[in-house]
Amino acid sequence: MSAPVHEDHAPSPLGGRFWTRATATLGVLVLVMLAVLALRFVRGLGAVTNLSDGYPWGIWIAFDVVCGSALAAGGFTVAFLTYILNRGAYHPLVRPALLAALFGYVQAGLSIVFDLGRYWNMWHMFWPRYMQVNSVLFEVAVCIASYTLVLGIEATPMVLERLGWMTARRRLGRVLFVFVAIGVLLPTMHQSSLGSLLIVLGPQIHPLYQTLLLPALFLVSCVGMGLAAVVFEATVSSLAWHRPFERELLAKLMNIGRLLAGLFLVMRFADLTVRGVWPYAFQKNVVTAAFWLEILLFAAPIVLLWKPAARRNPQRLFLSAVAMASAGMTYRLSAYLIAYDTGAGWTYFPSVGELAVSAGLVSLEALAFIACVRMLPVLPRIAEPTQPRAPAHADT
Amino acid sequence: MTTMHRTLPAFRTHEGEAAAAEERDIASVEERIGIPRRQFLTIFAGVVAAIGLPSSAFATVVKAVAQARRPSVIWLHFQECTGCTESLLRAEHPTIEKLILDVISLDYHETLMAAAGHQAEAARHQAMKENKGKYILVVEGAIPTGEHGVYCKIGGQTAIEMLKECAQDAAAVIAIGSCASWGGMPSTSPNPTGASPVAAILGKPVVTIPGCPPNPYNFLTTVVHYLTLGTLPELDAKGRPKFAYGRLIHENCERRAHFDAGRFAKEFGDDGHRQGWCLYKLGCKGPETYANCPSILFGDAGTGTWPVGCGHPCIGCTEEGVGFTKPIHSLARLLTVTPPTQFARPAETQGKGATVASVATVAVVGGLAVGAGAMIARNLGKVPDDHHVVDPDHEAKTAKTADSGKR
Amino acid sequence: MLTRRSLLKGVAAAAGTAGVAVACPVRKAEARGAKTMSPDAIGLLYDGTQCIGCRACIAACKEANDMPAEHNLLDIGDYWDSPLDISGSTLNVIKAYRDGTGVHKDAIKDGFAFTKSSCMHCLDPSCVSACPVSAMTKDPTTGIVSYDVDACIGCRYCVTACPFGVPRFTYESATPKISKCQLCKDRLPKGKYAACAEVCPTGATLFGKVTDLKKEIERRRALAPGTMTVFPRGRVGGGDSYVGAVGSYVEHVYGEKEIGGTQVLHLSGVPFALLDKPAIPDIAPARIAESLQEHIYQGMLAPFAFLGALGLLAFRHMREPATPMPSEDSETGGSK
Repeated sequence: MSAPVHEDHAPSPLGGRFWTRATATLGVLVLVMLAVLALRFVRGLGAVTNLSDGYPWGIWIAFDVVCGSALAAGGFTVAFLTYILNRGAYHPLVRPALLAALFGYVQAGLSIVFDLGRYWNMWHMFWPRYMQVNSVLFEVAVCIASYTLVLGIEATPMVLERLGWMTARRRLGRVLFVFVAIGVLLPTMHQSSLGSLLIVLGPQIHPLYQTLLLPALFLVSCVGMGLAAVVFEATVSSLAWHRPFERELLAKLMNIGRLLAGLFLVMRFADLTVRGVWPYAFQKNVVTAAFWLEILLFAAPIVLLWKPAARRNPQRLFLSAVAMASAGMTYRLSAYLIAYDTGAGWTYFPSVGELAVSAGLVSLEALAFIACVRMLPVLPRIAEPTQPRAPAHADT
Repeated sequence: MTTMHRTLPAFRTHEGEAAAAEERDIASVEERIGIPRRQFLTIFAGVVAAIGLPSSAFATVVKAVAQARRPSVIWLHFQECTGCTESLLRAEHPTIEKLILDVISLDYHETLMAAAGHQAEAARHQAMKENKGKYILVVEGAIPTGEHGVYCKIGGQTAIEMLKECAQDAAAVIAIGSCASWGGMPSTSPNPTGASPVAAILGKPVVTIPGCPPNPYNFLTTVVHYLTLGTLPELDAKGRPKFAYGRLIHENCERRAHFDAGRFAKEFGDDGHRQGWCLYKLGCKGPETYANCPSILFGDAGTGTWPVGCGHPCIGCTEEGVGFTKPIHSLARLLTVTPPTQFARPAETQGKGATVASVATVAVVGGLAVGAGAMIARNLGKVPDDHHVVDPDHEAKTAKTADSGKR
Repeated sequence: MLTRRSLLKGVAAAAGTAGVAVACPVRKAEARGAKTMSPDAIGLLYDGTQCIGCRACIAACKEANDMPAEHNLLDIGDYWDSPLDISGSTLNVIKAYRDGTGVHKDAIKDGFAFTKSSCMHCLDPSCVSACPVSAMTKDPTTGIVSYDVDACIGCRYCVTACPFGVPRFTYESATPKISKCQLCKDRLPKGKYAACAEVCPTGATLFGKVTDLKKEIERRRALAPGTMTVFPRGRVGGGDSYVGAVGSYVEHVYGEKEIGGTQVLHLSGVPFALLDKPAIPDIAPARIAESLQEHIYQGMLAPFAFLGALGLLAFRHMREPATPMPSEDSETGGSK
């Protein structure tokens, strides 16, 4: 019996036309974003966003940075599975996940640049004279910046291979392990710190969310989100480019995902019980509604993939991935926006401008991913590339 | 003084006769008082406006004033400095001579009447008998109650006796000046003479026109209101006409903007004082004193003709418990009414919320995402088992071989 | 020979320790102790019962800090310089609580009361802990929390962090900055002091050393309401004073214990909740956050240890003794 075909084939460029209906649509979204950004830089944040002193952080932080970077965590998770735990089966997923991570973090970094009011002083965060090392945000910024650099380095082999610079490629390959190791460490630090960021907000975060367990909860959920994002991207890629659906691998990933979802719920419930804040969960307001949505979404992968047979069902895998990713996003959006209360009377809802920039950034990320997949050796080459439906007896 | 006669046309109808009667009344007033018709109408239009009557009441005022018989007024003086009378003497509209010769019949006034001694007292009794129940009693000065009232005796009568006697048959009692209104300066602690206001002696509320001295127009307007409409103007709990004593000086003060901006004179003659800044820190009692001084000023002599306008803090002379009680330079207590709406509440609605456009965008994007997700899920249902075998055991074996092959 | 199983176990152990270190809740925030007040710390005492709502302090603050007038379009009309709240152009504001007819001063029912909003100059400021570029700093002597616009990157972490909602941002500008009261620190070397205190006609806002202000608070609270007493005006020991009646205070002194203590203290005749002053726990969130960070990172020991383990494993698994590079299809998938 032959093994799944693609595992024996090295990655190679997908080729094909870059500009399709889908990429054109994404391109339009990017252009709209650029227009909004021009306005933002000329007239200030107030001209395009609904940010105010009661809600100084909006979706550019809560969604693009916090959620966006968490969804990009697939890169380090798959790298951990493949190179630290030595589960070679995940190999084919490393490069796509790595690219997704790289562009996800670039997107997050760009979002920060657009959000900073005095962006021209951004370098202060990395300059000893200005650094304030007790600040969680300092740690997050330095960590994210370093990690993006590391991801860039980890992605360099693909580029070198495409260019045919094999000597350089070999040299880099020898020291790559250092960057892989750093690239596993850094996300654990800043992803958990994205949770710690909220601790100094003290009583302004609703009791259902404010806890010393925030770093742990953010870390556990981010790993799950990363895996879910990998499954999502793999599924969409296989459908969009008529490639085989890597059922086993994705099943394994979502298996880990559902265990993490379970772990998250256990930690969450334990935390709520120890702190004695369950009564808040039964009040009637937006915060509790978001809380229960989050719980349901985390429970979804566990329920959907309860039976072993179900864990091989592509539909269920996909839906579980979507639920897992949404669960993590709901948790983060709740913690940063919905559960944040700085005083009576303040209101916030993202403006059209903010939504346009977020959409544009995600589109940019997707476009970059697609471009790299087509031009660089990312996806494994398959023996029968565009024959989608060979009958089942082909294996025998 | 010129007299203007007008030829009155002969009217035949009822309205015509009433109008003719009015014209005759005005003509007679003109003759008596000797001022042109226009000036006469202007003066009383002003009076009507001062007490806030609608302009339609003007005709009634004219009629009342033009009546032949002038109402009797008896004016008593007790513990006073005669400042209230002096204030009245400086009135311009009407002047005092027009008032006492043509508008009212001032039958007893110790300062202004020519008579003295028993003759004066006889005139008073005569007027009281002839106008029983119809005369207006005006009291200036406080009434000493110490030692059975011996501290003030007129014609053998104590002030208390005289007041009670005159008040018995009076149609209305008006206490003019702070002394008569609440005790004023004579009642300053320790009040050795037992100086008391009119209301305390009579045991019933009276009209009070406090001030030291009060603005004469506060008094005159009250009197004209009574003469024309037969009723007193609206009074507050202390008997003060609300049109004059309804607001704090602080509410109408021309230096209020300085108070609100924190520009205070700290010493007489300093820069702030020279620039006309607020005198609150110098002890101005405007914030706790009810009077209309900043609105109508004194003496009809132009702007700034009141204490604060001249650079001296208000001493609260109209207000019992403030004037002649609190030290002139002590800080006033603010009798603020409810803060005006311009004060922010502790929590105001702020921030930018949802608009139709943004909610619609989110809804559209959300809808598209859900739709795409559903489509993908549906397509996944059609994924056949092409390179993969359904049997899980078989899969596990092949996975293992692949893994070990990698080592 | 290293089997996969034993390896897994080892890694799991390493990862587990790291995970536990992250997940274990810090029982006591002792890792970083509480901050104490400098003996020369200066601050303000705001006595709401003495405030007459003249808002001279708003005008004086604007003048001293060169701030523009603020335009608000309210339901009832166009208002210039009636700020709704502190903002990018207002560092200090007086707000009024009103109930019912609103005729009695400092009465809960049918009454009104004034309150002041401005920087509390906390002993353990959340903004100072949060700022990644040291734009917010606390002076070690005076205790004034200052803002350095040249260092600021405009991230607004200080705005989210402050539990009193003090720092504000000028969103309407293309070159925005944070605004907050800095206790007129630029006037101090010239022998002047906080403008709001200087202009206050009743001494409701009083400037002075926090130790002196606390003594004044105790003195006032010891007197029966209505007692006539001498109130200092401007600054403690400045010589300016007047005689007035002591107010009827609620028990609580706002700022005494909140967030570990602040240098601006409030007395009030009505409960602070009615004045929308937030209830804040006594332990400073900055202390908790910094303690947790310290606990997790242990001075970067834990991360480096973790990195060591990761590096070792990555090295082992990514080594390719003699396999060619995958320039074409290759049977071995050992390299990236």
